[in-house]
Amino acid sequence: MSIDTGPPAEAVIESPVADPIETPDEAAADRPEDAGQWSARLRHSAVGALPPERLMPDRQPAYVASWIYVFGVLTLSALAVVILTGIALSVMGPQWWHVSSTGLFVNSLHLWSVEVFFFTMIIHLWGKFFMAAWRGKRRATWITGVVSFVVSVGAAFTGYLSQQNFDAQWISTQAKDGINSTGAGAIFNVTNFGQMLMWHIVLLPLVVVALVGLHVLLVRLRGVVPPFAPPDQTDVVGPDPGPLSADPSSGHSTTPSVAANGERP
Amino acid sequence: MQTLSAVMSQLVGSLIDLNHPGRYVHWGFIQLSVANLIVIGAMVVVFVAAILIPFRRHGGNDQ
Repeated sequence: MSIDTGPPAEAVIESPVADPIETPDEAAADRPEDAGQWSARLRHSAVGALPPERLMPDRQPAYVASWIYVFGVLTLSALAVVILTGIALSVMGPQWWHVSSTGLFVNSLHLWSVEVFFFTMIIHLWGKFFMAAWRGKRRATWITGVVSFVVSVGAAFTGYLSQQNFDAQWISTQAKDGINSTGAGAIFNVTNFGQMLMWHIVLLPLVVVALVGLHVLLVRLRGVVPPFAPPDQTDVVGPDPGPLSADPSSGHSTTPSVAANGERP
Repeated sequence: MQTLSAVMSQLVGSLIDLNHPGRYVHWGFIQLSVANLIVIGAMVVVFVAAILIPFRRHGGNDQ
């Protein structure tokens, strides 16, 4: 990016209008001479790939009207509760979650939302596995989901190690031999409470949230995978952006659509 | 809150006695707690139900 005093403000506003013939790159920047900057190119490609109406669509393809498609967003909801209760626990501290009735309640919410998170994530995984959800250039979506699952297991594991009770001690002493046998014990010491707590409340949540965010963006980019076609029909597996608006003349797709609340046109 | 908690723990405790070491099942080298087995069974039930139970729809012009 460059910094200069530039022309007066009104000239900057009028600049895109003044040039009637613009290439896509030039349209990405306020001024044509800025089109080559990485920030303009990144913004242009990001908005082109994920326009707001695709990020938060009003309608979905009709095949999404099945309970099996609900478990992804249930997993996201459980993750939101995990994060929020985890923030509350971090703010208030161990004395609160071990002693006060409210702290014990939030501590339990944190545990049970993790149980719901894994419960719904496994059903989401089964559903997507039997749909072969990696079809139609959705490999990256599948892989980010798999890696999110593995990292989530690590996040839960370090959480159980951070309970500060006999259960945590038992788990750590049972796990240390397994971790040490891989060689990872040199830098990942499951009997080191401080290290495990930091992994649990800082490093792994950051990775999980980043991966889940990327996973959701890829779902919006590639569309929701359709089910397999009946034997007498051709399987359509290509990226289906789905109807992106309530306007049937928008021409985004010929797929029958259903509104976000399940309502059909 | 504490009264409610005591009532709930008595109620649940009378239904399921958890005051004992965990029970495990064994298949060869596989060892699984009964509690985990129940959760896995519940996941299978919910998975099958999610496929079989119709999704509530508005409008009714199914395609």
